Amino acid sequence: MYSEKVMDHFKNPRNVGEIENASGVGTVGNAKCGDIMRIFLDIDDNGIIQDVKFKTFGCGAAVATSSMATELVKGKTIKEALNVTNKAVMEALDGLPPVKVHCSLLAEEAIHAALWDYAEKNGIQIEGLEKPKNDISEEEEEEDY
Amino acid sequence: MGKMIYLDNAATTKTAPKVVEAMLPFFTEFYGNASTVYEFGAKSKEAVSAARETIANAIGAKGNEVYFTAGGSEADNWAIKATAEAYKDKGRHIITSKIEHHAVLHTCQWLERNGFEVTYLDVDEFGVVKLEELKKAIRPDTILISIMFANNEIGTIEPVAEIGKIAKEHGVLFHTDAVQAFGQVPINVDELNIDMLSSSGHKLNGPKGIGFLYIRKGIKIRSFVHGGAQERKRRAGTENVPGIVGFGKAVELAVENMQARTQKERELREYLIGRVLKEIPYTRVNGDRTNRLPNNVNFCFQFVEGESLLIMLDIKGICGSSGSACTSGSLDPSHVLLAIGLPHEIAHGSLRLTLGEDTTKEDIDYTVEAIKEIVGQLREMSPLYEDFKKKQGN
Repeated sequence: MYSEKVMDHFKNPRNVGEIENASGVGTVGNAKCGDIMRIFLDIDDNGIIQDVKFKTFGCGAAVATSSMATELVKGKTIKEALNVTNKAVMEALDGLPPVKVHCSLLAEEAIHAALWDYAEKNGIQIEGLEKPKNDISEEEEEEDY
Repeated sequence: MGKMIYLDNAATTKTAPKVVEAMLPFFTEFYGNASTVYEFGAKSKEAVSAARETIANAIGAKGNEVYFTAGGSEADNWAIKATAEAYKDKGRHIITSKIEHHAVLHTCQWLERNGFEVTYLDVDEFGVVKLEELKKAIRPDTILISIMFANNEIGTIEPVAEIGKIAKEHGVLFHTDAVQAFGQVPINVDELNIDMLSSSGHKLNGPKGIGFLYIRKGIKIRSFVHGGAQERKRRAGTENVPGIVGFGKAVELAVENMQARTQKERELREYLIGRVLKEIPYTRVNGDRTNRLPNNVNFCFQFVEGESLLIMLDIKGICGSSGSACTSGSLDPSHVLLAIGLPHEIAHGSLRLTLGEDTTKEDIDYTVEAIKEIVGQLREMSPLYEDFKKKQGN
């Protein structure tokens, strides 16, 4: 079902953990749908992402895309990090099954949410970054059978 | 492939070597069509009749009430669609439950789009159909009650005797999907007032591609496959003779060793549940703890997602299954886990392990150690667990 790269990043996820006093933290996804990603960024005064960590509740693809996304933004500038799209994450993983594409979107959104948090904390605006819409929602809906 | 521990016997089972042995002559030696006149074809016909008798005896029915199908899903489709067709002048209302297999649920939904009304009964927190609700749901135009014998995910055995009694009292036909229960618990269609019963060969160490529908004599039911005169003209198509022979053998073996096998499975099941609940915190068992299939275990591990758990178990050579959304291809977790009232995020962390005849205590010990390690790893990675721990710290 998964490519070797996905399995590798699932089995040995890179950058799992938390960053204390992170420059920016972003949480996206929804426990209801079974995917939550949280990304911690440590951004230095020059706007370089010095460190990045993640925590994910989700399937194999969710874990692997989180891991790959953190690898892709580590050491990059904010601008470069903004260019890490879900497509880039998917390509770096040698593709995902069609039903799992939404996981790669979450990874992109999680990075954006963390950058948004960083921008808010520092009272700055990041060009090209929009307020992330996807966030943890705990509301319960009636099931439609 | 290295070590493998197969704990997904509710998905399918190994075909028993004795079953394969019984089937083999009917591929290359006695390959005659059972519907022919010559002596050679009679060999096949006799074998089909013998298997039909064995199966009928196993549920307290007569041979001419057992109709072979290609499997459990076909039997469910047939029972429900053909009853609807045959009794539509009497009424167009069907009662089922929210935790049925999709072969029943999707068939009922299809009927709803074709002029029928369906009531989907709620179940309690253990997955037991609420009998009072059933009684209230029966209307003058109710033609069928279809409720599973035992649930495939959480193993709960339904109060089939009571349901059969209620159906009989109200003059409504009762169909039960016994795909998981047949061979695991004793079934007698007369004592339980069952009018139709679906079963499948590969769930009880028989071959895949064969099942049967029991239809009580006297029930008006339409043909499901039109064509030749096989299965008393109700299900046309050349008999799957090796499949039928294999199914017959599997049933013979399952009935023969039911007591000893299920006793052993029950003990191992309780051992597995006991160890996991004791050694892994924030874990629950889904389904009824007493009225439960002997080989079924279903856990929810909080803060963990089921597919991740399955893949990591697979890496350790353990085959299990989950009701998480990611294993179903949709965004919602299992309808059964939602119906017993679990919130989505907990339902996503489910793990079903179904034991088999060959399962050993060593297998269970290895599996418990693996689950412990994996659940620990996944929780360390889980933002839900992080939030939970922070809340607890406050």
